[in-house]
Amino acid sequence: MTTKSSVMKIAIASGKGGTGKTFISTNLFAIAVRENRNVVLTDCDAEEPNVTEFFHGRVIDRKTITQNVAQIDQEKCVYCGICRDWCSYNAIICLQEKKHICLIEDLCHDCGACLAACQYGAISEKEKTIGEVITFSIAENALITEARAHIGVYSPVPVIKAALTLTADADIMLMDAPPGISCPFIATVVPADFVVLVTEPTPFGLNDLKLSVQTLEQLSKPFGVVINRAGLGDDRMYEWLDEKKIPLLMKIPYDKKIAQIYSESRLLVNEDLSYGQAFARLLINIERSCQK
Amino acid sequence: MPKVKEICILSGKGGTGKTSLAAALATLCDHVVVADCDVDAANLHLVLNPDNYLTEIFISGQKAVICNNKCTQCGLCLEYCRFKAIERCPDPVIAEGRVSIVETSCDGCWLCSRICPENAIEMVPQDKSKWFVGNFRKGKMVHARLAPGEENSGKLVSKVREQARKTAESSGADTIIIDGPPGTGCAAIASLTGADTVVVVTEPTGSGLHDLKRILELAGRFHIKIYVVVNKSDLNPDMTEQIHHYCKKEKIPVIGNLPFDTEMVRAMVQCQTVTEWAPGSAISGIIKKIHRFLITDHTR
Repeated sequence: MTTKSSVMKIAIASGKGGTGKTFISTNLFAIAVRENRNVVLTDCDAEEPNVTEFFHGRVIDRKTITQNVAQIDQEKCVYCGICRDWCSYNAIICLQEKKHICLIEDLCHDCGACLAACQYGAISEKEKTIGEVITFSIAENALITEARAHIGVYSPVPVIKAALTLTADADIMLMDAPPGISCPFIATVVPADFVVLVTEPTPFGLNDLKLSVQTLEQLSKPFGVVINRAGLGDDRMYEWLDEKKIPLLMKIPYDKKIAQIYSESRLLVNEDLSYGQAFARLLINIERSCQK
Repeated sequence: MPKVKEICILSGKGGTGKTSLAAALATLCDHVVVADCDVDAANLHLVLNPDNYLTEIFISGQKAVICNNKCTQCGLCLEYCRFKAIERCPDPVIAEGRVSIVETSCDGCWLCSRICPENAIEMVPQDKSKWFVGNFRKGKMVHARLAPGEENSGKLVSKVREQARKTAESSGADTIIIDGPPGTGCAAIASLTGADTVVVVTEPTGSGLHDLKRILELAGRFHIKIYVVVNKSDLNPDMTEQIHHYCKKEKIPVIGNLPFDTEMVRAMVQCQTVTEWAPGSAISGIIKKIHRFLITDHTR
């Protein structure tokens, strides 16, 4: 992947779902747009993309994302079973005595092993749609790229990777990450220069933050924390951040008004001047951290 | 012996209150097995605090490792790998043009290891994930921990489900409560498969409704009873109304509206469920009704 070194890539992530990743990334994006920055927001939460609910944009590009799945030619197949042995995903069922072979498409990972295994030319490949990447124009210098996996696909990772590759060049690239710490999360944070971890000061929030931090430390990624719904829960979160010397980038108090604004798919920075300033400061804060 | 009833709590969107509801439902039972299937970000153990009597390693997959003294840098593996998981070091002087594995991209398909003419690639099992069975105050709990960045959360979920069934059989429990993962991918499917009832917990936000539609579409593919609970329903009554309207149209019963109540968070801080911490509260009353409904519901 070729990227310009001047692009600043920021992932907004959290282990626990529903802590406010999308809330932070949409408001940061809105501030960058307001400041007329050249910015793109990539929604990498491909199983549940929500970013576009907060903006009105025009679809400028739509790409179908496919993966290959194997198909077996029953005429050429000699039922030797080598393809089944080479398949690490149990996607091929082969009954030698009964001369029966079949492939379970949902389990196929598009690795090409069966194709390489077959000596008889009985395996070919076809395309299967697994999702799409949609690009929206929001303002003159602002785009949103959305990764949207089809419901039930085994992994959204190819759709996320396609969205990240298809994302146009910009000065700032914000990436709204999927929850968790497994492959979809890794695929999103690996290209990032800096990761903003959004959490809430509850035992669940702290438990999941620790897992995210452990993962980012393994990847040697710089990161900082935003605490959402401060005032709920207890102080253990703050004590832990102090102890680990993890930078606290911003604290947003629990406020029913903020929750209501979000629930109506509106942006806090457009409703409240002081939050507009706070998010502008957050953006500066992150940019400084990226340059370190 | 009557079949064990499996009730799966899901949400699509994260943070809607799945785990808090699952925990409360579990402690309202007398003899239950709980399966925490959010193996990516498991939290239920924080509230149920199980005393684990069994810990097992879960092999989540394999990762390729190149043995540098066997490798002749022929590059055949580079051509075959479809996951861009093999790279040639760009600096020929320092690393002699060596090929290496990008661990975060390796899918564990074994192809490079099979085609390498020098047998220089070894597959190493990923064995940092674990699953556990323990006792908690109202029964038994099966839970797991997927190591960071590891794959196959769907397989680990299936393992937890299988173990929960065995545990229910051996302990004579008649109900399994499954706390599912967010999303609509393979971990969510593995949590749903074979369950009798799914309870989708949503919240009255634009994102909540969007994700509700996606998870209902997924659940609709299974032969399973579907119910909806709207959490934090007083946060946006109009949106709650919209959710009810949508569910009515789809013929899916809404079996409870839970108000936003900070007692929910206070209970969590005390490592208790809300029905234990504030049994007399309005929210606990509604959860008890939901529980009674789910336990006595025999219609198919």
